[in-house]
Amino acid sequence: MTEPLLFELSRSGRCAAVLPALDVPPADLPAGLMRDDLPLPEMGEADVVRHYTRLSQMNYSVDTGFYPLGSCTMKYNPKINEEVARLPGFVHLHPYQGEESVQGALFLMYYLQEFLKEIGGFAGVSLQPAAGAQGELTGVLMMRAYHLARGDTARNVILVPDSAHGTNPASTTMSGLRVVEVPSGAADVPSGGNVDLAALKAACDEHGDRLVGMMLTNPNTLGLFEERVEEIARLVHARGGLMYGDGANMNALLGIARPGDLGFDVLHYNLHKTFGTPHGGGGPGSGPVGAAPSLVDFLPGPVVAMDEQWSEESLPHFTFVSPPKSIGRVKAFYGHFGVMVRAYAYIRMLGADGLRRVAEHAVLNANYLMSQVKDIYRVPYGRACMHEFVCEGVVSDAPDVRALDISKRLIDYGFHPPTNYFPLIVHEALMIEPTETESKETLDAFADALRKIAEEARANPDLLQQAPHNTPVRRLDEVRAARELTLKWEG
Amino acid sequence: MPYISHSDADRRAMLAAIGVQSVEELFADVPAHVCFPDLNLPPALSEIEARWELGSLAGANFTTADGPCFLGAGAYRHFVPAVVDAVLRRGEFYTAYTPYQPEVSQGTLQAIFEYQTMICALTGMDVSNASHYDGATATAEAVITAVNVHRMKRRKAAFSPYVHPEYRAVLRTYTQGMGLEVGDQELDNETACLVVQYPDFFGRVKDLTPLAEAAHAAGALLIVVANPIALGLLRPPSEFGADIVVGEGQGMGAGLNFGGPYLGFFATREEYVRRMAGRLVGQTVDTEGKRGFVLTLSTREQHIRREKATSNICTNQGLVALAAAVYMATLGRCGMRQVAELCYHRAHYARRRIGEIDGFSVVEDGPFFNEFVVRCPCPVSEVNEYLLAEWGIIGGYDLGRDYVDLDGHMLLCVTEMNPREEVDMLVEALEEVTA
Repeated sequence: MTEPLLFELSRSGRCAAVLPALDVPPADLPAGLMRDDLPLPEMGEADVVRHYTRLSQMNYSVDTGFYPLGSCTMKYNPKINEEVARLPGFVHLHPYQGEESVQGALFLMYYLQEFLKEIGGFAGVSLQPAAGAQGELTGVLMMRAYHLARGDTARNVILVPDSAHGTNPASTTMSGLRVVEVPSGAADVPSGGNVDLAALKAACDEHGDRLVGMMLTNPNTLGLFEERVEEIARLVHARGGLMYGDGANMNALLGIARPGDLGFDVLHYNLHKTFGTPHGGGGPGSGPVGAAPSLVDFLPGPVVAMDEQWSEESLPHFTFVSPPKSIGRVKAFYGHFGVMVRAYAYIRMLGADGLRRVAEHAVLNANYLMSQVKDIYRVPYGRACMHEFVCEGVVSDAPDVRALDISKRLIDYGFHPPTNYFPLIVHEALMIEPTETESKETLDAFADALRKIAEEARANPDLLQQAPHNTPVRRLDEVRAARELTLKWEG
Repeated sequence: MPYISHSDADRRAMLAAIGVQSVEELFADVPAHVCFPDLNLPPALSEIEARWELGSLAGANFTTADGPCFLGAGAYRHFVPAVVDAVLRRGEFYTAYTPYQPEVSQGTLQAIFEYQTMICALTGMDVSNASHYDGATATAEAVITAVNVHRMKRRKAAFSPYVHPEYRAVLRTYTQGMGLEVGDQELDNETACLVVQYPDFFGRVKDLTPLAEAAHAAGALLIVVANPIALGLLRPPSEFGADIVVGEGQGMGAGLNFGGPYLGFFATREEYVRRMAGRLVGQTVDTEGKRGFVLTLSTREQHIRREKATSNICTNQGLVALAAAVYMATLGRCGMRQVAELCYHRAHYARRRIGEIDGFSVVEDGPFFNEFVVRCPCPVSEVNEYLLAEWGIIGGYDLGRDYVDLDGHMLLCVTEMNPREEVDMLVEALEEVTA
């Protein structure tokens, strides 16, 4: 099953939209500035709807099945959040309206800042960053600005573990700083998979005076809690550096431990992972940043402040303010407000106990699933995991089968594959994050599929290498896509 | 409990399989003195109560749907066909993620490929990426692309003062670590790019050919920040010689949403495709020769190139790009033109009528699209307070916020959502201001 392109469905003279007639005298159109033609599709409304409905049916999604994509926290997205985000009182608000007319929206933003401060253990939060990667850029720029504001101008090094997301080093470079990679401990030592403390000490000694700080994901991308996170923070702080927390894996820490209490100075939250807002096929996300007292003044602005407290007679009043030493705006307007509404509703529905249960069940599900598959696929860093774990997509006696083949075969069993080939420090990595919203039956069915696939790999490896078998398209030629580079319909 | 399905029996069976007595044991690696904090959050709500609370917060706002709105300045109240939200509400679209597994993501991939094609049609450029966070960040990424095209040897970005002020602010933030000089400066042999807006922040439309020629003569790229709704009527920036065209796509189906999520679009010449940031979808074939779509040229990106990537951007603005695609497909060739014409003619009608009011004057400076500058007889904030309090009208943007010499100047916006009666009502209300 494939679907024609819009342009192939288009027929001259059709239009799905009916617009009002012109009700004012027409003005002269500017000669020399008018376009000749606009080659967009011409469709009837029913044809547009059917086209996109058929396209949607070619997608795998959380609403259709289990999506254990590691590091992405593909949890169920509550429907109430979609409903409240579409309330007319939110949808039709213009960002430049006077503050008096938007107090409901400012109330929501203020308390979302407060909730995130409390959950993360920080002194201030800015909701402006648009996504996790932008939150990282924000945090690194804040650390840089902090040192510069102290007249400490020689610092230019950021330490990044080898297990880190690619956005960490990329954000560092965008900030004009230099990445120094810190290795993880080998799998066969205690604390294997965590930051190698001896290597970290050596890096701190070598770059001490030039150290801006360190970026650390905790739990890390192996799904392991950095047991000695406090010692890591002490080492970095002792050299005048700051600790950046990549909050991609916060789902494991809700109500369990607050990054601010663990020694982090600045952290980004991913509302689209941890707080149940939908991933949208790749955005919009939202990446608010939390800051310890030392960095609060550097947050991007504006942020929302309460300038009149609650009283018996009146509701509180809110206003936008810019932090005094702000790095500036990272985005036009105030951030992804529509995503904030969903996250606010999520936190209000769960409360403190509910958030802790989210983390507990995310970790329970990951450990249970690991217990069901670790005898089939090697888990090199095998101690209790947090919200996810990484196994090797390797089957003994099936040397030609790769993690990619196992992933593609999982599609035939009705599952979305795990994250492949990341983190880079695990051979043929399959990174599996079940999330808390999956039932035991779903986890059992997934483990069963992985078990059957291992048997198939030995008996009939071709079955895996040709997989998937029942999708709208079979495996696609990615080399050809990059070589021939067709990025639009050419007719 | 919300969103978790386990029964006590499930939990017992799972803990036994793991080989621990309690869930707490799984957190043995967490330092005990900070483990299990008591979070001070308000008590949990039921769905009924949550709907009530969010409903009352939404109800506490006065919105552009509650009265005529003449506010624009980078965020616009445009018609959103019902088809758009009907498509966005499909769980198969909004609960999927970045299409890393193309065999089960052809819906998202094809929709982006079609989006890229339509952005190219609108801007006249060769290639479009899969989108950025918003117009401001797309502009910043365009400047960084221009600097990369010059292999970091040119470190100046000339930025017209008539580009959205917040876009300039974002560019300064993005480039503060790169040692880039950003400003309204002369072009020279260190200038990587010239950034202009079309129509500009004051709504004016100019032939950009002389600017393109000047930029190219200095060896710089011309970056045009374009309003996609205006492009339904106006010449595409490619015809003036633009090298990169970016802009805010919010007007195409995203709604206002108090400033976000919006949509940054980004299109350029074929020769710069490997220097650009952001996701790209390309066409290819599967093992049976069937057409299909994949993410491509990912060797530019952070998950492969890490510190050497063209940008740190990871996700695009998927669902908002989908909204724009559905919008463009629904309005199509003639609908986009009709919307632009309604904006144009009604704005011209409004400017003429307001120019006739005693005490108000309009600033005439060549052709304009649907925004124009009005000089007010009193501070803009007073005009707006009066309009809202007495007439329920949301007035214009106070240009004195950003331009010191433009105190008392208001930027007004008229779209296809403002019928003639609303314009007449605004005129009547402004007459009262002077009276």
